[in-house]
Amino acid sequence: MSDDQQSPSRRRTLIKTLVFVPMGAGAAAAIQQNLPNATAAAPAEGKPDAYTPKFFTATEWKFVIAAVDRLIPHDQHGPGAVELGVPEFLDRHMQSPYAAGAIWYMQGPFLEATSEFGYQGKLALKDIIRVGIKAVDAHCASSFSGKAFADLDLRMQEAVLKDLEEGKIKLADISSKLFFADFLAEVRAGYFADPSHGGNKNMGAWKMIGYPGMRGDYLEWVKIRDKPYPLGPVDLAGRRG
Amino acid sequence: MAIVKPKTDAVIVGMGWVGAIIAKELTDAGMNVVVLERGPDRDTQPDFAYPRVIDELEGSVHRKYLQSLAQETIAIRHNGTTSAVPMRRMGSFKPGTGVGGAGSHWSGCHFRALPEDFKIRSIMEQKYGKKILPAGMSIQDFPITYEDLEPHFDHFEYVCGTSGKGGIINGAQVAGGNPYEGSRSREFPLGPNPDYLGAEYFYKAANAMGYHPYPIPASNASGTYVNPYGCQMGPCNFCGFCSDYGCLNYSKASPNANILPVLRGRKGFDLRTMAQVMKVNLTPDGKMATGVNYLDAQGRETEQPADIVILAAFSLYNVHLMLLSGIGPAYDPVTKTGTVGKNYSYQNLNRVSLFFDETVHANQFMGIGGGGATFDDLNGNRNDPTKTGFIGGGIIWARQPGGGPVRGIATAPGVPGWGSDWKKGAKEAMRHSFYFEVQGSCMSYDDAYLDLDPNYKDGFGRPLLRMTFDWHENEIIASQYLVGKAQDMCQVLNPLAIKGDAKKAGSHYNINQYQSTHTVGGAIMGDNPKTSALNKYLQSWDVPNVFAPGANAFPQNNGYNPTGMVGALAYWCAKAIREQYIKNPGPLVQA
Repeated sequence: MSDDQQSPSRRRTLIKTLVFVPMGAGAAAAIQQNLPNATAAAPAEGKPDAYTPKFFTATEWKFVIAAVDRLIPHDQHGPGAVELGVPEFLDRHMQSPYAAGAIWYMQGPFLEATSEFGYQGKLALKDIIRVGIKAVDAHCASSFSGKAFADLDLRMQEAVLKDLEEGKIKLADISSKLFFADFLAEVRAGYFADPSHGGNKNMGAWKMIGYPGMRGDYLEWVKIRDKPYPLGPVDLAGRRG
Repeated sequence: MAIVKPKTDAVIVGMGWVGAIIAKELTDAGMNVVVLERGPDRDTQPDFAYPRVIDELEGSVHRKYLQSLAQETIAIRHNGTTSAVPMRRMGSFKPGTGVGGAGSHWSGCHFRALPEDFKIRSIMEQKYGKKILPAGMSIQDFPITYEDLEPHFDHFEYVCGTSGKGGIINGAQVAGGNPYEGSRSREFPLGPNPDYLGAEYFYKAANAMGYHPYPIPASNASGTYVNPYGCQMGPCNFCGFCSDYGCLNYSKASPNANILPVLRGRKGFDLRTMAQVMKVNLTPDGKMATGVNYLDAQGRETEQPADIVILAAFSLYNVHLMLLSGIGPAYDPVTKTGTVGKNYSYQNLNRVSLFFDETVHANQFMGIGGGGATFDDLNGNRNDPTKTGFIGGGIIWARQPGGGPVRGIATAPGVPGWGSDWKKGAKEAMRHSFYFEVQGSCMSYDDAYLDLDPNYKDGFGRPLLRMTFDWHENEIIASQYLVGKAQDMCQVLNPLAIKGDAKKAGSHYNINQYQSTHTVGGAIMGDNPKTSALNKYLQSWDVPNVFAPGANAFPQNNGYNPTGMVGALAYWCAKAIREQYIKNPGPLVQA
């Protein structure tokens, strides 16, 4: 799954820089130079906006950036989730009524049920994410001589994510499959949702997949078969991508 | 002390399709109606205005236009021996809320039932003998016929500006339509919508297989249109936001766009939103309703007295209110007596996705909820259970309601869910894949029913509705048969890959995955008060001034989407109230 040949520690430093420190264009270019596999085909969309997390703690934020970068990396197919601002999306989304359980049924009793019945826990989304991050970091610390998830090398991070996805890791306090599925769904939502929500900067994810965004009018193109849809995306604010 | 409002002629619970139709018909007859809607008021402007309405995060993740489960949900179990657990996150089906209800966020597929769908039990028994029905299958005939409803099917299509092609008009076959449909009294109000690539491919495959494809009847206008009420529609522009969303374009028929413009401001029409009906009040002997109790927008307990109570909520909540209020005897699955909650049924849906190379421009971001193509060669009387092994039938269709990336991009088999390979797969699939679906009937059974849950309460302290439901062998065989036919069609088209399987033997109903909002039954119509909650006019056998038109009245589900039938039943019910009940209140059918 990895496309990234660079030294893990060097890339980690770059990611930290990318998110915590406002940068100029030069810094963004420097990042691209350090992504040898990716730069030829897909220039980075730029840098994420400077952002200070309000929901996530500094420790959680390290996890978020590292995991987001593994789930949707920058590569020859297009921009990565970190450069498109998905960590900002996540931090903002975790503060929404939705993440606090506004549209979920949250009353007990909380009974065990088979997977066909869906989520039966008592945690709201923001707590699933928070409890899950803590548990994954604790698992990593006990398995990898005290290291947090973000401090593992990239391949090891991917291996941990894969094990979480498949439920192979037993986490304290939460199902690893549940945490992984909810975290991934949030990352994808941030990557693809309208840029006004914090991710998908400059509609980079829409451009990658050829989604015209919020155009909302294709009647003229319904019966065209012999050429690709020609127009780039438009976002909710009316910007052209 | 409860607030008591002045008495009204009729109180209507819910402002979706049924509520809007009944309110229109009763106020036309000079009656005063109060409509109590649990959700907010909504109209095209400003609620469905471009571009805000098509924000995928708000529409399909926050589910802004759907019911929140925080206040009301249901508890589910597979069989009567276990405890049910609540549906905590929206999954298998999506009830609406607010003015328009599910009628504002539906797709627009607008079918009539087939004539044989009304008589399925007697047709099966006559054709194949009584033993053809497996033990525990509790299907029943509707107490009315296709011919009874035809004028109402027709009128509802003209209210909705339904776009399609008739197959049989006044008994004469017409090329291009469904050759198996019930006879129509006239052509659709609008012609079919244009075909996107997936629909065009569907015709190719269906014709190659010898089927008789036709355009799905779509209440997504193919042209400009003015309905009989003077409400205007514009041609659908394939924006790709039907399911989950209100229409930004006055193209998808909805109570909001097609009926409410003439109701709002009408004398005798009083719409109260954020009004949560708690129960129907009955006289001490339980034989008549006196009105309803509701919580107003401020949470104040309020009583609305009325001569007639119309339950026009989402089908499940109609049954919930009947159970909570003691309208009719609750169904007991052990003794198989009682009627309210009996014959809960669903829809048997499976999807098959087709993946092509970059020269095939499927453009699944374009979409029209009800458009596309289908056929009835495997539906209704065409299905011979002695050959296929199942009762019922189903349709296969190409439908493209519009796919956006937040709603999910189906990727080809073998593509992982994240990382570089996922990005590559999502990119390849986004513009170059589409899907066919199998929509099968679902029979009803003694052990599939609704009652009140003993453990869980809703946000108002009332017991949750409990659903006991699982797939039966009949529906699993049907799924395997119909999906097999869909896969055969896919082979004709020679895609790079196909993804999607039928239900496997022994597989259980999964509430996680969205399948269909076509929940039906639970308060069914019939000709016998021992085996149905409602008579042929959708009137409670037990409390004759309560009517419950809606999909709850279906004794089982056919292969079609229910909205066309629900609208027709609402007009049929309203006609009975206007022409019979108000002249002579009381039971319209003697038990």
